[in-house]
Amino acid sequence: MEAIDPGIFNLIIFVLAIFVGYYVVWSVTPALHTPLMSVTNAISSVIIVGALIATGAGGAAAVFGFLAVVLASVNIFGGFAVTERMLAMFKKRG
Amino acid sequence: MSINIAAIGYLVAAVFFILALRGLSSPATSRAGNRYGMAGMTIAIVITLLALPHAGIGTYLLIVLGIAIGGAAGFVIARRIEMTAMPQLVAAFHSLVGLAAVFVAAGAFLNPADFGITNLDGSIKGLSLVEMGLGTIIGAITFSGSVIAFGKLQAKLPPGAEALVPGFLKPAVAAAMSSRPIMLPARHAINIAIGLVILLLLVAVTATESGTAFVLMTLLAFAIGVLLIIPIGGADMPVVVSMLNSYSGWAAAGIGFTLQNPMLIVTGALVGSSGAILSYIMCRAMNRSFFSVILGGFGETAAAAADTGDKTVKSGSAEDAAFIMENAQKVIIVPGYGMAVAQAQHSVRELYDTLTKKGVEVRFAIHPVAGRMPGHMNVLLAEANIPYDVVFEMEEINNEFGQADVAYVIGANDITNPAAKTDTSSPIYGMPVLDVDRAKAVFFVKRSMAAGYAGIDNPLFYMDRTMMLFGDAKKMTEEIVRSVEG
Repeated sequence: MEAIDPGIFNLIIFVLAIFVGYYVVWSVTPALHTPLMSVTNAISSVIIVGALIATGAGGAAAVFGFLAVVLASVNIFGGFAVTERMLAMFKKRG
Repeated sequence: MSINIAAIGYLVAAVFFILALRGLSSPATSRAGNRYGMAGMTIAIVITLLALPHAGIGTYLLIVLGIAIGGAAGFVIARRIEMTAMPQLVAAFHSLVGLAAVFVAAGAFLNPADFGITNLDGSIKGLSLVEMGLGTIIGAITFSGSVIAFGKLQAKLPPGAEALVPGFLKPAVAAAMSSRPIMLPARHAINIAIGLVILLLLVAVTATESGTAFVLMTLLAFAIGVLLIIPIGGADMPVVVSMLNSYSGWAAAGIGFTLQNPMLIVTGALVGSSGAILSYIMCRAMNRSFFSVILGGFGETAAAAADTGDKTVKSGSAEDAAFIMENAQKVIIVPGYGMAVAQAQHSVRELYDTLTKKGVEVRFAIHPVAGRMPGHMNVLLAEANIPYDVVFEMEEINNEFGQADVAYVIGANDITNPAAKTDTSSPIYGMPVLDVDRAKAVFFVKRSMAAGYAGIDNPLFYMDRTMMLFGDAKKMTEEIVRSVEG
């Protein structure tokens, strides 16, 4: 049998991950929907991976790569820090 | 580092991201979840740095510099931001992810060999060009759309930034930052035309690898991001912010396909579906279709139809309200966007404390679209140290209004409007609302008799059991606290 194309593998991962996301996010309590947005925002900055590769490539790509590293870093540090700040406020009675 | 070891590391990071979202199922586990997220991000970055094929010390220094600049800025912003400004902040952060996606795609387009997406002859693989193009388009729309959403949420520029805007642009900037919808004539036709041109340019990029087509496509995507958001009014922002959250995920996934990076694909899918679910929840809470929100213009036509007959309202003072509240057994507080605007959450907390001390049972009722983003009210109440176990979602608390002696509505309007239940001609007919009208007494804090966002009259104002408390939400709540204590 011939090997499966990597692109198809990626598609499989993508579709399965959407299902994981669907079930995990429905279990998030509505009270934490704002922290959910800020934390998903922080983790979507994992796009920094592409920015690092572009910076490593050198030349014109490195300029765009560097800018993307800066932008994604704002989000990573800002996103996780502000989520932490919000979550620390949620307290029970007494 | 071998590519397979790197892939295992990415798998671990992706699992950590799933655990980060899972942690948010309850406030008790949420902070552990956030730590998982940080751990996942650290792993992802370290693995990528170790796997960079031929990076010298200069490259690493550049990367450390970039992370230091961005990280410091992000950290300071996160520490200083007011909780009431959280919707703007999230919108601003979305814009950064979108722009980063555009930059990464530009980098990959300029230097495809380093991304491993070239054919043997050095040209970029066709499929990679499509994925890269889609990632760029979604990223660009996320960027410019989020900038507009940020403006509408912020409503006006800080004085420092305003000085930087050239004079001829001032009216345009002011209009774009207004929470009122901007309705261009033939806007749907314009949007469809631009959308088609973007698709044609994507085909051109795929077929010819033309840099000009790539730049034009990106610029038009920026333009359509602006055009898509300007016709949407301020109170529909919970849907817009959720939608842009979703887009930022799909942009990351698009880049993930380009880079053949499973972790980016997984994360993008998680974020994309998260934002989509939030958009759905917000639309359901307004009983409107996603398309009706996105097409914009809500509230513009309804305003004309508002019925302004000479019905009488009963207005009262803080002392009147205080007297009834302190003799009540059960008070339900309904906060809305007005509480955020007036920064009244801390006075509300004092009211909660004072009444609780007098033996009154105080609970909070949160409508899903109260405020300007999902969960906005919960964060403000938490900031004011109101315990989360007295704060309830609409479905949990709606049948308790019948037993409540007082419903204290602070800065909310449409989400309490009983016309949504009974009046089939009302623009918000069918929208689930808080059953405030079933409480024995309703106190409504409001600055004036102006209609709510939807531009419709609220029959609640004219009920016998309703007392209007005209004034600033914060001042009024403080006065009530003083009267109860005094």
